[in-house]
Amino acid sequence: MTDYLMIESRDPFDSGDVANFLVLAEGLSKAGNRVTLFLVQNGVLPARHGVRSAQLAALAGNGVEVLADSFSLQERGISANRLLPGVKAAPLETVVDRLAGGCKALWH
Amino acid sequence: MKTLNIIETAYRATLEEQDDPVLWIMHALKGAGAEQGVVLRANAVNYTVKAQGVPPLAIGARRQQQGPRLAEAVSGLIGKGVEVYAVSDDLTERGLQSEELIDGIKMVRKADLPALCGGYDQVWHW
Amino acid sequence: MKDKKTLTFMLMDAPFENARTTTAMRLIDIAARRGYDINVFAYEGAVYLPFAAQKQHANAVHGHDVVQEDHPLPREWVEAVVQEAAKNGGRVDWVNCGLCVDERGAVDTVAGVRRGSPADFWKMATSSDNTLVIATK
Repeated sequence: MTDYLMIESRDPFDSGDVANFLVLAEGLSKAGNRVTLFLVQNGVLPARHGVRSAQLAALAGNGVEVLADSFSLQERGISANRLLPGVKAAPLETVVDRLAGGCKALWH
Repeated sequence: MKTLNIIETAYRATLEEQDDPVLWIMHALKGAGAEQGVVLRANAVNYTVKAQGVPPLAIGARRQQQGPRLAEAVSGLIGKGVEVYAVSDDLTERGLQSEELIDGIKMVRKADLPALCGGYDQVWHW
Repeated sequence: MKDKKTLTFMLMDAPFENARTTTAMRLIDIAARRGYDINVFAYEGAVYLPFAAQKQHANAVHGHDVVQEDHPLPREWVEAVVQEAAKNGGRVDWVNCGLCVDERGAVDTVAGVRRGSPADFWKMATSSDNTLVIATK
């Protein structure tokens, strides 16, 4: 089993490619890898329930650890009680922890 | 160390740079001894199209002499022994047929990307 | 203190254009505070991050003079992470891609930055615990 850290900095309102990155995350998880999706910058926007949140919600419910950068959430006024079920706020230190741990890291 | 390089962005600054900077660095890294694979996905699948070309570009009297030759840049990587894949789903979505593409491109379905990632030590996304 | 690690970051964005720059500097800062050895390969517009001629300005829209606005400059952030890493027993090796420097005229940098090539990036990546490529769009 391999650890993957997938950092999503873009949002589905801005980029159609976000969907494919999330599909890759799901595929890696289904293939038996441990996958963390870390949302940062505008990537946290769909973590507040809205019309483009479904794919993210499904990932969080299907074995992918979905974290959202606390700093980015605060910048955008997204409080913890507005986050999709299964999405947790986390400090950016988490990314450095995972990098230091040797995961395969992809930034989108 | 083997790296898989997933390239998504296309035609960003390619006229100013007279190349795609990510394809360019793939060549440079190969020259530095890197063992790597390349996956073209999203709009970057268009880099496999044979018919790409650059109309003459002139800004005032300053004419461009060496426009980017992106299909050649991709073919060049293949010629150097780099495995270059294109995501077939993305080609289809963009209305591209196999006869329009340069030779030597390996097809990979979106669903098979996870397995491909597993064959490399690191996966870099561009 | 966490066990010492070596991390490599590949950056491409010019300053003041995208949130990726700030996030990248936040990550590098975290690693510097841990005393890690940090390699940065600045490619394309990122060679402007340590550009020495960056200058603060006043901001009439904010009603601030230069001092009040206190605009942080990317070159100050580069210097700051170099110092932070050293303070904690680590180091930052910041390499600006030479051809990118030439075409942009970004020759004058703050101290601690050296000119290099993609071969340096490959050396950094193969001698690190991990590498994060933060590409531009």
